[in-house]
Amino acid sequence: MIELQHISKLYEIGGQPIYALRDTSETFHSGEYVAIVGPSGSGKSTLLNIIGCLLRPSSGAYVLEGQDISQLDDQALSHVRQHNIGFIFQSFHLVPRLTALGNVALPMVFAGVPSAEREARALAALDSVGLADRAQHRPSQLSVGQRQRTVIARAIIMHPKVLLADEPTGNLDTGSGQQVMELLELLNRQGLTLLVVTHDPNVARRAKRVLMLADGRIEKRLARSEFPESAMPYPQGSTREDDASR
Amino acid sequence: MMSEIVRFAWSALTGHRLRTSLCVLGVAVGIAAVVMLTALGEGARQYVITQFTSIGSNLLSILPGKTETTGAIPHMGGVANDLTLQDFLALQREIRAAQLIVPISMGTETVSRGERSRQVAVIGSTPDFLKARQLRIQLGDTLPSGDVERGSAVVVLGKTIAQELFPGQQPVGQVVRVGEWRMRVIGVLGEIGTQLAVQMDEVVLVPVATGLRMFNRSSLFRILMKVRSSRDLDATCVVAIRILTERHDEEDVTCITQQAVVSTFSSILQTFTLVLVAIAGISLSVAGIGVMNVMLVTVSERTQEIGLLRALGATRGHILRVFLVESVLLAGLGGLVGLATGLGVMQLLVWMYPAIPAQAPWWAVGAAFLMSVVMGGLFGVLPARRAAKLDPMAALQRR
Repeated sequence: MIELQHISKLYEIGGQPIYALRDTSETFHSGEYVAIVGPSGSGKSTLLNIIGCLLRPSSGAYVLEGQDISQLDDQALSHVRQHNIGFIFQSFHLVPRLTALGNVALPMVFAGVPSAEREARALAALDSVGLADRAQHRPSQLSVGQRQRTVIARAIIMHPKVLLADEPTGNLDTGSGQQVMELLELLNRQGLTLLVVTHDPNVARRAKRVLMLADGRIEKRLARSEFPESAMPYPQGSTREDDASR
Repeated sequence: MMSEIVRFAWSALTGHRLRTSLCVLGVAVGIAAVVMLTALGEGARQYVITQFTSIGSNLLSILPGKTETTGAIPHMGGVANDLTLQDFLALQREIRAAQLIVPISMGTETVSRGERSRQVAVIGSTPDFLKARQLRIQLGDTLPSGDVERGSAVVVLGKTIAQELFPGQQPVGQVVRVGEWRMRVIGVLGEIGTQLAVQMDEVVLVPVATGLRMFNRSSLFRILMKVRSSRDLDATCVVAIRILTERHDEEDVTCITQQAVVSTFSSILQTFTLVLVAIAGISLSVAGIGVMNVMLVTVSERTQEIGLLRALGATRGHILRVFLVESVLLAGLGGLVGLATGLGVMQLLVWMYPAIPAQAPWWAVGAAFLMSVVMGGLFGVLPARRAAKLDPMAALQRR
């Protein structure tokens, strides 16, 4: 379970305080499937990065699985990321000089998993995303869909409780986007909490509920049935992520 | 886990072949310079030691005049008493530990025969001189033994002198002029070459008393002693000085053991070697800055990757280690290449010019490699710290 209590994130830009997130409280239950939408600069990525322990809130409490995260030091936060969070990025973030297998095994290197076990587990994870035959290929030799599936294999290799996907289909064509979403939903059905930040209404509509952010706040909480049919319920700007945090 | 980090760092290095090779080359040049200059310096030291041992071992010299510094030659012709042939005879009577005791008088004179003449070093001594300095007679006789105070007009020629004065002729039994003196040639030395910077093929030997008279001196140049074992050197010196102090009523002689001279020269040359190494160290530090530069570029190029590793659970410590290992690998590789190059060039040099004394001592080889590794660590700290300090989220989103 993820509990955010009065979370704020404040940046100072040129001496001016800028709120990326204001007094946000929300609870995500284990196994939930939630989409986070909102215009650029609304605080979606800030929210996701705080949940992912990559960013510390300026104020408020963040309780993950009963543990207060907001007070942990860098090393403890690294440990939490390692064991609880799986990241899926819009731009993949695969290490270009490592094979698919090497990329999937990377989180285990820093967790001190013995090398024989590492290889077996990475291969099994690649198999579960349908890429066992691509294990020795480098990212440049994979299609974008295959790359994102490699990223998913890497995200689940440490058996995390939460998957955080930031525009997972942003760089994919419709077909492979569909494949990736189905894969993520399969993992969600197996019990992983799935949070997806997206600009795509078709992706948002798949989630059980949708959080709509605007101006650093959760403006609306919608059930799937309440989500509009076609367009996003806010003016469409750039499709590129452009938070104040950047 | 360390082996994994090494493998990861290695993959990063091989990903940038040209940059890595150039950086390795820089370190290699520095290390090769260290190895080659050390080899030359150490070679020179070994050469000098060999020179000293070639004149015979377990030797000590007694010189007129007193000095406070061992190993240095005291100033000549002070107020000191003469070191006389009587002193020599007293030492010969009283010092049992000595195998050989040799009085030496010395000067330069013109040796001539007919039209031919040249300036040479004239050494006045006894037959024991040849034994102590391990010289060999090639033709005729050695210096006359017997009463040292009797200076007969005979001379033993160095090989080159004999060849120049008697080209194609038998010199033994013939007469040469040494200064004002007419002297009979009784023998010729075998070929020796240079000993302690003296071309021994270009000296002439005369009886010690002849030498003293020829140069109008009352004092010997020095008394040379050969003892049975190097352990006796210092004790013999003490006894000799005591005997001579009693005879002169004051301590006015100096005793220098061959060991002291060798160790003085050896330490001078060691300092010389260290200076060479320090100069080579400058090129090494330039290479180190090169390593640092490459690592800084690497860190800024791989900012996103650093963010990714942090997202996957790597701590600041892990990131620090990844980049430190990388720079140590880079520099260590340069060290190995530099060692191979330096030793190779030394071999080639010695093969081409065998006269060059060059010998890289094992400690220098080890130290040079260690230096490269330490340098990699040292110059890697700043870039690695910069990498470790990066904010994970900002790093991930850097474009």
